[in-house]
Amino acid sequence: MTSLDRRESLVRAVLLLAAFSAVSVLAVITVFIFVEGTPIMFRRGVGQFLFGQDWFPGEGRFGLLPMIIGSVQVTLGALLIGVPFALACAVFLTEFSSPRLRRILKPVIELLAGIPSVVYGFIGVIVLVPFIRDNLGGPGFSVLTASIVLGIMILPTVISISIDALQALPPSYREGALAMGATRWQTVRMVLLPSARSGIVASIILGMGRAVGETMAVIMIAGNAASIPRSPLEPVRTLTSNIALEMSYASGEHREALFATGVILFIIIMVLNTVANLSSSRRGRERKG
Amino acid sequence: MRRLDPRLEQRLVKVLLWAMTLATVFVLLYIVLFILLRGLPVLSVSFLTENPHDMGKSGGIFPTIVGTLALTAMALLVAVPLGVGTAVYLTEYTWENRLTRVIRFGADCLAGIPSIIFGLFGFILFVLKLGFGWSILSGGLTLAFMVLPTIIRTSEEALRSVPRSYREVSTSLGSTKWQMVTRVVLPSALPGIVTGVILSVGRSIGETAAVIFTAGSSLRLPTSLFSSSRTMSVHFYILAREGISMPNAYGTAAVLVIAILAVNIITYRLMHRFIRKYS
Repeated sequence: MTSLDRRESLVRAVLLLAAFSAVSVLAVITVFIFVEGTPIMFRRGVGQFLFGQDWFPGEGRFGLLPMIIGSVQVTLGALLIGVPFALACAVFLTEFSSPRLRRILKPVIELLAGIPSVVYGFIGVIVLVPFIRDNLGGPGFSVLTASIVLGIMILPTVISISIDALQALPPSYREGALAMGATRWQTVRMVLLPSARSGIVASIILGMGRAVGETMAVIMIAGNAASIPRSPLEPVRTLTSNIALEMSYASGEHREALFATGVILFIIIMVLNTVANLSSSRRGRERKG
Repeated sequence: MRRLDPRLEQRLVKVLLWAMTLATVFVLLYIVLFILLRGLPVLSVSFLTENPHDMGKSGGIFPTIVGTLALTAMALLVAVPLGVGTAVYLTEYTWENRLTRVIRFGADCLAGIPSIIFGLFGFILFVLKLGFGWSILSGGLTLAFMVLPTIIRTSEEALRSVPRSYREVSTSLGSTKWQMVTRVVLPSALPGIVTGVILSVGRSIGETAAVIFTAGSSLRLPTSLFSSSRTMSVHFYILAREGISMPNAYGTAAVLVIAILAVNIITYRLMHRFIRKYS
């Protein structure tokens, strides 16, 4: 064996090791979160965590239902507000705008994905919270406020992936429909949107993942009361805020319960990821077939 | 109900889509301008180079800039070799099989994990179990794990876009695989790889949840890998949330936003040059 050959096999081994980094990190994170979080769930009963309504860590009551409902509410709210605008943007930029306008606006929108979440939260506090308090009532820190800010935060993700999905469609789809006399809008509604559906669904699920996982912005604007909100104008606490708000001083069972919160969040995210993955791999197959 | 004339419908929809796009772009630009208009007047050389006083009520933000840079550098030091290594393995040393699917699935899942989970994990593993405490080391390693999928993804795409003929010529001249990778493929893919690295810099600068539990929030100038340090975004969060000083919060936010904009514009430029080169 020459020294070059030996170097080749060494390089290959090192690279293989590096290639496992992401999988190993994922495995280690999963193990740590579950090892820290699940014992207390089984000790106290999974039911108490999932369906208990009282979060009083000092008294050993760890009901996470308000936070689960809170996360679901703000996430759905964010989708309700963000998705129509995001899809309108994507359709407009791919089908109706001039290429020049698209070349300018797409990067501008993508650029805003990088704005730190604390900045979004801060604008929410300064602008939106007083506006909602004065015009709609309630404390201003509410489900609605969080939904609006999260709805804005998911825009860049949903827009840019939907644009990619629409642009990836074969030009023949567009040309065929137009040649048959359909208007542009009929083409979009009857041909393009249905064909790009799985890509668009994937973009929405990724946006959903971002909304569920968002922490700092939500803490700043949602009010964080650990009770089930009865109206969109009441304060709400999400799973992520529950962890971030109490982690700095929690100890013992309280800390374990925060890891249990992490376990539930982790499971939700993994389900969303898997669905998004399946959806986009189906898209790959569709285009080949 | 009578059906709407398709041409009229088209015109109405077009106006509606126009309006919604305009509204979206307006909101997003409003956010940037809101911060810059209030923050830029606060900025000065002394704001950037002086130490904060009274928990940040007055004075500058120098230690938080140093902290941000140190954490980002630490994260890249770990994530870039691992990420680029993964990408090289996936594109040059293997073919599509079960193993590569597992590796890609791992990277995709990792990309979707919320930052607060990284924060929890980093806190337990680095801060407590390994005894690094709240430090640049703990925070940097946590961030490294967070940006790893971005670097893998962008590097892989960059490597794949290098034309096959480059590799064939190199091999036909008698180079080994590793010589081909280091002398031909990596240099050609460099702009694409750098794009991913810069994107990761942007993510590290803006991150708060993962950093606050792993790097802590000390306002002192960090002196070693084991010093706790506060990044700009954590500083901004604390200033705003505890109402310590609004002008300084705006100033810090403006620096953050400018940094992010710069990072993104550089990325965009690089990406375009790269795409043009191979198409």
